[in-house]
Amino acid sequence: MPTKVEKDSLTGTETTGHEWDGIKELNTPLPKWWLYTFYATIVFSVIWWILYPAWPSLTGYTPGILGSNQRLEVQQRLAEARAKQQVWLDKIAAKSPAEIKADPELARFALVGGAAAFGTNCAPCHGVGGAGQGFFPALVDDDWIWGGTLEAIETTIRHGIRNADDPEARTSAMPAFGADGILDRGQIRDVAQFVLGLSGSAADKAAAERGAPLYAENCASCHGEAGEGNPDLGAPNLKDSIWLYGGTAEKIEAQIWRPRLGVMPPWQGRLPEETIKMLTVYVHALGGGQ
Amino acid sequence: MALIAHHEKVETRGLLLVLLILVTVSIGGIVQIAPLFTIESTIERVQGVRPYTPLELAGRNIYIREGCYNCHSQMIRPFRDEVERYGHYSLAAESMYDHPFQWGSKRTGPDLARVGGKYSNEWHVAHMVKPQSVVPESIMPGYPFLLERELRFADVADHLRALRKVGVPYTDEMIENAEADLVAQASAEGQEGLLARYPKAAVGDFDGRPDRLTEMDALIAYLQILGRMVDLTDVRIEDLLQ
Repeated sequence: MPTKVEKDSLTGTETTGHEWDGIKELNTPLPKWWLYTFYATIVFSVIWWILYPAWPSLTGYTPGILGSNQRLEVQQRLAEARAKQQVWLDKIAAKSPAEIKADPELARFALVGGAAAFGTNCAPCHGVGGAGQGFFPALVDDDWIWGGTLEAIETTIRHGIRNADDPEARTSAMPAFGADGILDRGQIRDVAQFVLGLSGSAADKAAAERGAPLYAENCASCHGEAGEGNPDLGAPNLKDSIWLYGGTAEKIEAQIWRPRLGVMPPWQGRLPEETIKMLTVYVHALGGGQ
Repeated sequence: MALIAHHEKVETRGLLLVLLILVTVSIGGIVQIAPLFTIESTIERVQGVRPYTPLELAGRNIYIREGCYNCHSQMIRPFRDEVERYGHYSLAAESMYDHPFQWGSKRTGPDLARVGGKYSNEWHVAHMVKPQSVVPESIMPGYPFLLERELRFADVADHLRALRKVGVPYTDEMIENAEADLVAQASAEGQEGLLARYPKAAVGDFDGRPDRLTEMDALIAYLQILGRMVDLTDVRIEDLLQ
């Protein structure tokens, strides 16, 4: 391949000197704007090396004269964001949920903060706005499994229910009356009819009557003589028509046979203290707070 | 002119060209990657990171098989919005036993680096079977078959051995007990040995079917440990500055 640089007669530009089967290549210079932008990026990178962490060595790296560090920076950003709400957050930290609720201005702040935290952390189970879904209870009604007072709600949020992570988690275990052989199928059918009768919807009155003594003996200690429930034990009210695991005879029988038991994770430690209190006020205000 | 004459030498000798390309690319690699192995602060000195239990590892393999990483990252970046939503930013130490790591590069779904303990097992089952049943606006596909497929784990000890070869500190005891540990984690009892070897492991039936050991059990066991090994309330910022 001959390498002879010559001037192209048509354009006046030099050729590269390469020639392939008689075809020659122009050595057109790079556009000036491109070339100078390229040089500018090189200058920029040198400035960057001086200002920010850049070159690694065997044991460390050049830290840059600005002392920039992403982890310090995020800490600073979080502190700045917090500082903007500091006045409010300090008050919330110092007060109980009941005191927060009593202070209209503080309550307004707590409701907005609670709603935001609820959307990210609680809605996946309890549904948007606490409407409940599937086997996760609604929080907008006044039917509370573990209590609807501010204190009870705070305890539930803090420690959760039947989880292995928090030793103070609320816990109770309904026996598997069928699976563990405490009651036979016929007896369970009778008790289920009695339970349906508590809300006035027993289909089989005779069975319900047979179920009454069985209920008194096996169920009343937790769910109450008249089925009013006991929030200290997480025993739901059986007199209303709100059924977490289904209100048909079949579903109630299944629950007595081998109960499903709800689990909720603890939020203490995962969420800041103030957020837990704001959530408490928010959930309490959803409709059924006691 | 002089330069052109020289690069002709390179361009007309294929082997030399390949060699020089390799040299050039290696310089970039050596400068960017090699120091990370020797700089002491690359991996933070935090307590609690342990190898995955056999069941978690089986779940992790399912996570990879199903391509979860295509939509879910496991990397909370040190930005305010991410920390406020997902929790403490991820540490290098937290994925030091991940081969390969699951940081991901795309978030169609949310980050999962700290999803462990955030939801109950029951929620995970409902969500895996039909995500829209608990998150109505979700576009995630359902994975109901995980609940039907028995977990195959005859080779789990080999997985541990392979990971030991690349530096995960599985002990002989862990490898010996791999199968037993896997079964124990999803059982109602008999987990003392497992918990001594792998602290903080979530135990018990995960998929709501105590009589079966399914792929769902494994996947949920894996999800429930994500981001929970290090107790971040104990960690001081000085330990995290790299």
